[in-house]
Amino acid sequence: MNILVLMKMVPDIVEELEIAPDGKSLDVEAVRPIVSERDDHALEQALLLKDKSGGTVTVLAIESRDVDEVLFTALAKGADRAIKVAAGEAIFTAAEAAALLARVLPAVPNLMPVQLVVTGCQAIDDLDGVVAPALAERLKLPYLGIVTGVEAEADGSRAIVFKEYAGGTRGRYSVCLPAVLGVQAAPKPPRYVPVAKVRAAMKSRTLECVEAPAQEERSLLEIVSMTKPQAAGRAEMLEGSPEEVASKVAEILSSRGLA
Amino acid sequence: MSAPMPDPSLTRYLAVPGWVGLWVLAAVAIGLFVRRVYQLVRVLLRGRGEVRWDHVPRRLVMTVTNVFFQRRLVEEPVIGVAHLAIFWAFVFFATSFWWNLVRGLLPFLPIPFSDDVPWMRYPMEILGALALLGIVVAAVRRYIFTPQGLERTRDASTVLGLIALLLVTFLVSQVAREANASGLYLSMWWAHMATVLFFLAYLPYSKHAHLLFAPFGVFFTSLKPGAMPAESEGASRLEEFTWRELFNGLACAECGRCERACPAHAAGFALSPKELVHKVKEMVLGAVHAPAPAAAAAPSAAPAPPAAPPFVGEVVKPEEIWACTTCLACMTRCPVFNEHVPLIVEMRRYLVSQGEMEKRLQDVLVNLGRYGNSFGKSARTRASWTTGLDFPVRDARKEAVEYLWIVGDYASFDPRAQHVTRAAARVFQRAGLDFGILHEAEQNAGNDVRRIGEEGLFGVLRDKNLKTLAGVKFQKIVTTDPHTYHAVKHEYAGNGGGSPSGVEVLHFAELLDRLLDSGRLTVTTPVGRTVTYHDPCYLGRYNGVYEAPRRTLAALGARVVEMPRSRDEAACCGAGGGRIWMEDVAGIRERPAETRVKEAAGVRGVEALVVSCPKDLVMFQDALKTTQLEGSLAVQDLAQLADAASATVRSDAHVDA
Amino acid sequence: MAGNIWVLAEHWRGRLSDLTPELLTLGREIADGLGAGTKLEAVLLGHGAQGLAAGLAADGVISIDHAALAEPNPEASCLALAALIEQQKPRAVLVPLSNVAADLFGLLPARLTVSLVNFCRDLRAVDGRLEALCVLYGGKLEATVAISGAPAIIGVLPGSRPASAAPASAPPVTEVTVELPADLRVRFETYVDPEPGDVDVTQQDVLVSVGRGIQTQDNIALAEELAEALGGAVSASRPVIDQGWLPLTRQVGKSGATVKPKLYLAAGISGAPEHVEGMKGAALIVAVNTDPHAPIFSVAHYGYAGDVLEFLPALTAAVKARKK
Repeated sequence: MNILVLMKMVPDIVEELEIAPDGKSLDVEAVRPIVSERDDHALEQALLLKDKSGGTVTVLAIESRDVDEVLFTALAKGADRAIKVAAGEAIFTAAEAAALLARVLPAVPNLMPVQLVVTGCQAIDDLDGVVAPALAERLKLPYLGIVTGVEAEADGSRAIVFKEYAGGTRGRYSVCLPAVLGVQAAPKPPRYVPVAKVRAAMKSRTLECVEAPAQEERSLLEIVSMTKPQAAGRAEMLEGSPEEVASKVAEILSSRGLA
Repeated sequence: MSAPMPDPSLTRYLAVPGWVGLWVLAAVAIGLFVRRVYQLVRVLLRGRGEVRWDHVPRRLVMTVTNVFFQRRLVEEPVIGVAHLAIFWAFVFFATSFWWNLVRGLLPFLPIPFSDDVPWMRYPMEILGALALLGIVVAAVRRYIFTPQGLERTRDASTVLGLIALLLVTFLVSQVAREANASGLYLSMWWAHMATVLFFLAYLPYSKHAHLLFAPFGVFFTSLKPGAMPAESEGASRLEEFTWRELFNGLACAECGRCERACPAHAAGFALSPKELVHKVKEMVLGAVHAPAPAAAAAPSAAPAPPAAPPFVGEVVKPEEIWACTTCLACMTRCPVFNEHVPLIVEMRRYLVSQGEMEKRLQDVLVNLGRYGNSFGKSARTRASWTTGLDFPVRDARKEAVEYLWIVGDYASFDPRAQHVTRAAARVFQRAGLDFGILHEAEQNAGNDVRRIGEEGLFGVLRDKNLKTLAGVKFQKIVTTDPHTYHAVKHEYAGNGGGSPSGVEVLHFAELLDRLLDSGRLTVTTPVGRTVTYHDPCYLGRYNGVYEAPRRTLAALGARVVEMPRSRDEAACCGAGGGRIWMEDVAGIRERPAETRVKEAAGVRGVEALVVSCPKDLVMFQDALKTTQLEGSLAVQDLAQLADAASATVRSDAHVDA
Repeated sequence: MAGNIWVLAEHWRGRLSDLTPELLTLGREIADGLGAGTKLEAVLLGHGAQGLAAGLAADGVISIDHAALAEPNPEASCLALAALIEQQKPRAVLVPLSNVAADLFGLLPARLTVSLVNFCRDLRAVDGRLEALCVLYGGKLEATVAISGAPAIIGVLPGSRPASAAPASAPPVTEVTVELPADLRVRFETYVDPEPGDVDVTQQDVLVSVGRGIQTQDNIALAEELAEALGGAVSASRPVIDQGWLPLTRQVGKSGATVKPKLYLAAGISGAPEHVEGMKGAALIVAVNTDPHAPIFSVAHYGYAGDVLEFLPALTAAVKARKK
């Protein structure tokens, strides 16, 4: 099975995020990019499929800060090709990225068609759209999201896909290939690749670069302002006898529909 | 004085002169011996190269003290002395044997047999008798009072029996000489020579070949015990180990000292250092008759099937390899100077290269690579432990300082250790120390990363730290964390080791010792309690810092009493070698930290277990809770005692309490 | 701009989801805010699910019944809802952000070229315009978004509003028929339920979690009584598990489970980082510990420096009193 994995960078929320002087955007200079966690799971899912039944894994990302290291890491983990889409300095919203990818993918040499496109089912900055389903719709491919497991069927025309529901229940679906899947979690945590192997990949492998056609679409959303949520840094300490505090807590729980 | 005995080699037996028979026996025995040694050396040479020919004079001195005086064996006195007697008997009997062999093979040589020479004969009689006694002691120990880790194998019995036989035949031959019984003498002479020749031929095929290999093991041991193996991708097959790592197996006497010292084994983890080395031996012996892998095929060709079966994963299980705390207790005890810890790290490197490790450890490695700390916290919060101090801690990147304080991860980030870090800062401040920290520029020093087997990540962390240090003006480095201390002190200057540009690296205990000694820090409120001190592995066994913390405690006014296991016998808390980042294993008997706090609590009159390592602090405090010892024993860091004892205003020390 | 406010009535395995009544409350507020006869309508996609309509507090229910909609199927529901939207042109569609409806939510906008708003925590009608407050970057920032154009597809997070009460009388139901292709590319096959076993702490909305402060095994009963009153379960930090007082499956933290309940009540837990890692994602954290400086208080929303053995029975009593 030939699999395309789409990866993107998001701000690392371990670091404090700052608002830009315009008051309605993220201060991207202060941001430390990190690969979107679910995209990393999507890569792991792809590699597991490759380990089990062969095929190739291609990783693709729109150019952005620090994305090279992510692509080389993917190569070190076992991906066969890594492609970077050069689209200038622009930063894309989820909807814009989906539109851009839908235009670029068919133009990448020796790539399409693939049997499976996998990526995270959501990212922490998907405000105006979700890349995986939006891309699926544009590529006219079937889509299933919140996926926690994929198995190839013997004849290669369909895949068994597991989708997560509440309470540990999973839904088993049969999906016609080619398809786009939004991965919630791979069956195993993303593999660790030692620094030495990433270094070796950086020395011996290359990233392919494709130019993106000029941007045509703009997001339909307008951000009016951005704010930091009220700091929940420290607990509000409740005072009084155990009974008094218990009654306060009961009231808090009740106001939240918990008691 | 008895009459001279007949010359056994010139005496004719059924008309055949003795020397003919001796030639035949010697040729067979030596032939078998040489064949086996050749086979084993050939297997060793399939391993990777490793230079152990440096500092030959030092190595010789080490070999003499540890082989001829058996320093580590006599640490267990009863068997140690018995072994010493057998060993020295062996020295004389071996000399005598070769002497008599040469004389017997070449009867025309104008020299007497060794037992005709009083200065050989009498020592041999005395040592022979002592060694027989030693054999009895060894047999009683092995078969009646069997210590943990010692096995009752047939091979061991054969070896003990052969030694007894060669001693007895010699002693009886001397009795025969006294009694003028030349027939008995001759038969005993031949029995003795035949026993020794049989022993010679048998030995390299037996599992007790350590008699042969141990001296080489000592000679070729690492001159820096605990030093990490040279950069490699790790080892899982015979060819991927270095020859010295393989040699561990041959030198091992299976005495079990390592196993008895191992905290992981005592706790019930899958690891036994002895078993591990034994498995290496089995791999080496098994390879004698297995074909060597074909010479490297053309890169385009399909990879040839590997010659040796995978060792890691099949013979040695990952859980054995991950159980090690790298505490160095095994290596400190091993009489033949085997190197268990580097062997384990070599195999860990292989597991890491395959990504085979538990999730939590993976997360930690990812965090270390990304944030420079194992906690996965933003580097910008590294100095947040300083909030709560009533003075600012200077930024060494902005101004020159005398002491650069590399704080370390646990001391910086763990809420259970941060107040101790603040106590250390107050002590420095009070002593008027000119010190500063690196704030977010500090990265984990990499000590435990390296011992997990992620050598590449260790290199990244070290290089980042070195780059930062290059831009900072300072004279000395200080840290409260023994793991940081060891890495920075020994593993930061290139591949050869040592500290960056040779600056002095001090542990908090060493610096405190100087501050108290020089009077820069004065004790205002002596501790006045009875305490016991736990030697952290990386301060004690790895660096030999035993006295400074004890002097310091005495100077602070504490009464120090020792635990049954202290100094180089101190039992590890279980956190080292990255274990602090790994899951507990189901079914273990008792965690090393729990064993240790119980040991401390069992010492009469002890009110506090004093540590000088942030990891010890959190491990032991945890263990107090799980052993219900919280009310009866306190776990305190040296810095807390120093802070309380040196406070000018009493409340000062209780800000964090 | 005309058009009604729609709420996608999410249901799964025969039950309306907890989120649907919350969205109906929010939708009602918006419809009222827009005024001018804007109605709140619930959209019910399913097969044989019309019975659920009676529980929807809306002005009307639009129901599409089709065999392909019997179980969640993003392809079928997207085709059905897209057709419905084109036909009836609502002002906004509120979609619950849950595992059931999320796929549909992502698919719709590309098909219809409508605007989509994700991670919506709050929604207001301001001068006839819709304005959403969205949680971005895992909660690190919040964005206020102006929504122009209709229809807008708005994904709403849990907890936006209290749940609406069931309507006094069943709302009028309009049946709409939609043609769906016979050969759908995504085919539901079956549900795979987890092995029944001990309580799965990751699936609980309420966890009463006990630490060493609980002191003895017998005292765990106090936590169990409270958990029962709150409809949750008891979990624990490592020392309690180590004592063998609760099974390993109940452990929360690095070595145990990572939980994200609506309420996490930390009783006698000091808050070691290993533990905090497993529970910091809880929506509401209430911590009780005798030590006012315990690190648990830096992650908790509400704290009480006191004895859990006194507090737990008191809270159980208070919760029971409220229910009466």
